[in-house]
Formats: sequence, structure tokens, C-alpha cells
Amino acid sequence: MTTLTGSFRRRLLGRSAVGERASREDASLVAVPQDDLDPVDIAPNDPLLAYLQSASGAVDVEALELDSPALASLKAAGVKLAVPLVSQGELIGVLHLGPRRSEQDYSTDDKKLLENLAAQAAPALRVGQLVREQQAEAVTRQRFQQELEVAKLIQQNFLPKVLPDLPGWQVAAYYQPAREVGGDFYDVIPLPDGQVGFVIGDVTDKGVPAALVMAATRSVLRASAQRLVEPGTVLERVNEHLCPDMPEKMFVTCLYGVLEPASGRFRFANAGHDLPYVKTADGSVELRARGMPLGLMPGMRYEEKETVLEPGDSLLLHSDGVVEAHNPDREMFGFPRLKEAVAKYPGGSELIDLVITDLRAHTGPDAEQEDDITMVTLSRSPAAGSAFNGSGQSQQLVEFTVPSAEGNERMALERVSAIVAPLGLDEAKLKRLETAVGEATMNAMEHGNKYSADKPVTLRVLTERDLVRVQITDQGGAPSDREAELPDIELKLAGLQRPRGWGLFLITSMVDEAHETADGDLHTLELVMHLTAHKVDPAPGGSHDVQ
Amino acid sequence: MTFSDAPTAVRLRDGVAVIDLVGDVNGQAEATLAAAWEDATADHPTAVVLNFEKAGYINSTGIALIVGVLAKGRAHGIPIRAFGLTPHYREIFEITRLADFLAINPDEDSAVNGAGMSDT
Repeated sequence: MTTLTGSFRRRLLGRSAVGERASREDASLVAVPQDDLDPVDIAPNDPLLAYLQSASGAVDVEALELDSPALASLKAAGVKLAVPLVSQGELIGVLHLGPRRSEQDYSTDDKKLLENLAAQAAPALRVGQLVREQQAEAVTRQRFQQELEVAKLIQQNFLPKVLPDLPGWQVAAYYQPAREVGGDFYDVIPLPDGQVGFVIGDVTDKGVPAALVMAATRSVLRASAQRLVEPGTVLERVNEHLCPDMPEKMFVTCLYGVLEPASGRFRFANAGHDLPYVKTADGSVELRARGMPLGLMPGMRYEEKETVLEPGDSLLLHSDGVVEAHNPDREMFGFPRLKEAVAKYPGGSELIDLVITDLRAHTGPDAEQEDDITMVTLSRSPAAGSAFNGSGQSQQLVEFTVPSAEGNERMALERVSAIVAPLGLDEAKLKRLETAVGEATMNAMEHGNKYSADKPVTLRVLTERDLVRVQITDQGGAPSDREAELPDIELKLAGLQRPRGWGLFLITSMVDEAHETADGDLHTLELVMHLTAHKVDPAPGGSHDVQ
Repeated sequence: MTFSDAPTAVRLRDGVAVIDLVGDVNGQAEATLAAAWEDATADHPTAVVLNFEKAGYINSTGIALIVGVLAKGRAHGIPIRAFGLTPHYREIFEITRLADFLAINPDEDSAVNGAGMSDT
């Protein structure tokens, strides 16, 4: 009796009429009619396969007449009987038998026995084949996964571990590789004279090749940035280094800028990367500079431009994974939407969070990320003086808005609490601040903005050496006599005062200081909490500015 | 979860009605709390105990609702007690002087057992 090897199974199914997984390799057959025979190849288009597929039982090879090279080979090899192995209607193998040792012909009983054997062996053989296929696929998957892990490891090791702490500036970054790991990268480079270099780039291709090119680009750029001053010159040098060894069809887009933190001057050059946006008081603007991607051809020159990031401005560097993300209708997120987001949202990490939220809404929650997504924001704090008492240099930690809708104060207080908690407020003071922020936000939404959907409340959290400030701004203009009445529980229980009216009382009771100002339509309540024990008289109206 | 979304339980224990406040106590809890009060006082309890163990965020509107409960209790001669307050909300109850008009107990047993002993 003969059996078929696993490789035969795969080959047999390759381009034969029996298998739907067509055109891989030539089929081959191991036929062992006697003790030691060479394998017999069966081409996938050999009519013998179709015949065996439709045969109702054992086939007398010698009596079979077909224009089949395989059949001729079998006959030459001395095969007398072929018993198809069929599982679920699919020919998965053939039993080939040589002459009986008794030299008698195979009897009808012999054939029935062999057919019964084939009927039982076929499913078992199929299971064995499936297991082997799955094992092979698992090995392939594992190898692919390992390569992805290597690519991720390379990329992550070449991304900044920490971002610089620049007084008066906030730097935030977001990097989320796609499953197949693209070639995104960013970097922040300390430079002489307190200057800081900012880099964002994208290598074409994915996986390990892209990661290696990214690592090389990043290293060359770092080295060049230390020796050269002008961003355009730096990109020229990097391009010259990359060109000789750049793999075919690969290149790198890259934007490199140098910030002078004291003045806000930002000089930049662009090697074909997506244009960055700056959020200014007048909306969002693109920073344009011309230049070919790195690694395409030597001798390139890179236009250099500069701008000044004013107090309150925020710069967004981004990769194409943002604007090229598709929704289920294959529409891209697009540059206009990103530009609009920069204009309408606060800068810094808030902008990143909100863009990611918009992006997920665009692609759908279950969509697989198509490409790496990288964003870097560089935000200049608003001018000093935005803090109310001007006693020290305030650093803005966050600015965000909440829509004026009932219950949204909860969102505001939770967000402020998460930002303030790491500053070192003790638990009790943090809870008091939460309550004050919640009440102030509720007042702003209700009394200031009259719960108008188009009038959000803006919250800013600022910190100084030993205190934290939370500014809550509505669009209700100068305060009138909101909650002017001091709540008295005895009067309330007696029905002589309305049950409500606790908000301002709670605010002023919970924080160390509260200040109220108005500028045109904007009304701001600033809550101050000292990080160390400094509780001002908790009595309402005590030493607070708010009465 | 706001109080209005939460399953409100009113239990009678030794003649004392216990209202389990679950979720946020804010403006949205008004109708639920009013219904809970009606349930709690239907059998003329000797006191009503507010259980804050599973209460979440309490804002100024929630404080106003509790003032309303106190006013009803006063009108019907039913003492109000409370337990399960976090230190922060206990501080708020003290600052607002709510604590002057309802006894704050550390747990349910002391709240229920204390009903009638010192309430006036």
C-alpha cells in the first residue's frame, strides 16, 4: 500500500482541478508500489486527477486509458491499483498499490477492503494535513510578529524618553504605531545657547526596513544639528549622508525647526513633510517651506523660513497618519479638518487629545489604524499677567472647554483634578478644589452662559511655585448680583429663603482665594489653592475677593 | 451615574426608614429623591435615615435637595439622620450647617439605633 506525503497534499491541491487553492507548484506523488520506488509527479492539470476525483472506488491502473503523463509514470512504476482518498468531496490523496505478493489480481473483496480503509483514512489524513498547515502558518505568523516587535523596539528606542521642561512652554507628543509599524519618528534636540531643535519625520515603507532608516536618519540629524546652526543646512547635510545608502524606493520626509525659547523665534526647513500648523490669536496658519524628501537625490537645497510663536500660540507637527486616516466610506480625515481643529481647540496636549477623539469618531471605533500617527505640540504660555495677582510667573498646564449643558461640571472637575493631583495637593484640599471647580463651572454654564449650546465654558489651570490657579470663564459679562444672598439654612428650613443658592458659598468656602473679573462679555472666576497649608478663613466672604 | 439613574432603595428597619442614595446627588435626582421620601414616610417611620455609602458626587443642587428633605422632615415631625458620608462631604455638611439639623452617624446600625434617642 502506498501513502501520500504532506508535501504532496499541498502540491496536489496547488493547481489541480480538485483544489480551489490553485496555481502554486507542480503536484508530485510518492508512489511506492514496491519496496522502493521513486516519487511520481502529477501535474495539477493532469487528467488523472479529475478522473480520481470522480472515481467511485478503487481504480485499476493497468486497465485505465487516459492521455495522462502521470498515469504512464504510474504504470511504468508498476502501480496496479489506485484508491482515491476523498474527504468532504475533495481529493486529498491517493493510495497506490503495486502487485500483490501472491502475484494474483486484486479481488473484489480486496478492493472493498481498500475502499473502506480509504474512507476511514481520508478524514484522518485531512486532519493531519490541516494541523500541519496551521503549524506552518503559525510559524510564519510568529516570524512576522517578531519582525514587527523588532521594528517597534527600534522605533521606540529612538524616540525621546522625556520631553524638555522649557519655562513658559509646554511640549507634548503622541506616537501610536500602526500594527505593521510605519516609519514615523520625532525628536527634540537640546542645542547650544538654550535653543531646542524639533524634528518630525516619516520614512516610506513599513516594518524593520523603515525602522532602520528612521534610526539612521535620526542619528545623522542629531549629529548634524549639533554642528550646524541653520535648519536648511542641517537637512542638506542629512540628505547628503542618506543618499548613498538609501534603499531603492525609500525616502524620508522630515521637518526640522529650531526654537529660541526666550523670543519664540522658530526657524524651520521642510523636506517634503506635511505642513505644520500654528494656532494663533487669528486662527490656524500653515508654516510653508519647500524641499525634497531626504534620500532621493544628492545636492538638494532646503528653503528656510521663520516665524515667531507669540504667547498663547501653539505649534502642531503631525504625520500623514492623521490626515490620511479613512472613514468607512474611504474619505480621508484631511488637512482642512486638522487645520480647523487647530484653530478651534486649545493647544498643547489638549489639542492632541481632541484631535485623536475626532480621528476615532471619523474612522469608527473598531477601525484598525492604517498608519503610524505622530503629533508633537509646542505651546507658548499666555503672557504673564493672565494670572490675577501677578505675584509670580504662572505656567499654564492646560486650557480646555466644556459645553454648557447640565451635568458637564462633573467633566470639568474630573479633568482639573487629574491635572492638579500630581502637583502635591493633599487629598482633602484636592476634594475641596474639585467641589469649587464643579460649582464654579456650574455657575458659569447656568448663570453666565444660560446653558447656551454655542457658549462653552473655558477652564485654564495654571501653576506657580506653591499654588495652583483654576480660571473658569463664561460669556455672561460682568457679574450682577448672582447669589448675592448669603445662604442661611435656618431661613431655608423656615421657607424664608430658597433651598438653592449654595454654589458661591461652597466655592469661597472650599478654596484659599477666589477672584472675579470681567472683560467685556468674558467673566472669569479664578480659584487659588496653595499647595502647602495656607487655608484662608473658610467663612464666606472672609478674605476673598468674591463677595 | 446620577441618583436618578440609580436603583433607589427604601427599607424599613425597626420602624426607621432607610433611603439608600446611589449615584450622584444633583439636580437630576430631584424626582427620585421626592419619590423616595414618599415611599419612606408612607408607613409613618420614627425617623428617616439617608444612606450616603453609595452616593457619588454631591453638588450644591444636591445640597438644596437635602435641605428640602430636612424641611419636609421638620414639617412632618420626622427626624432625619445620615451615615456613610466621606470626610469631604461631612465637612461640607458642617460648613453649610446641614449637620446642625440632621444627626450624622458613622454607620447604619448607629443611625437606626440612635433614632428617637436624641432626635427631637
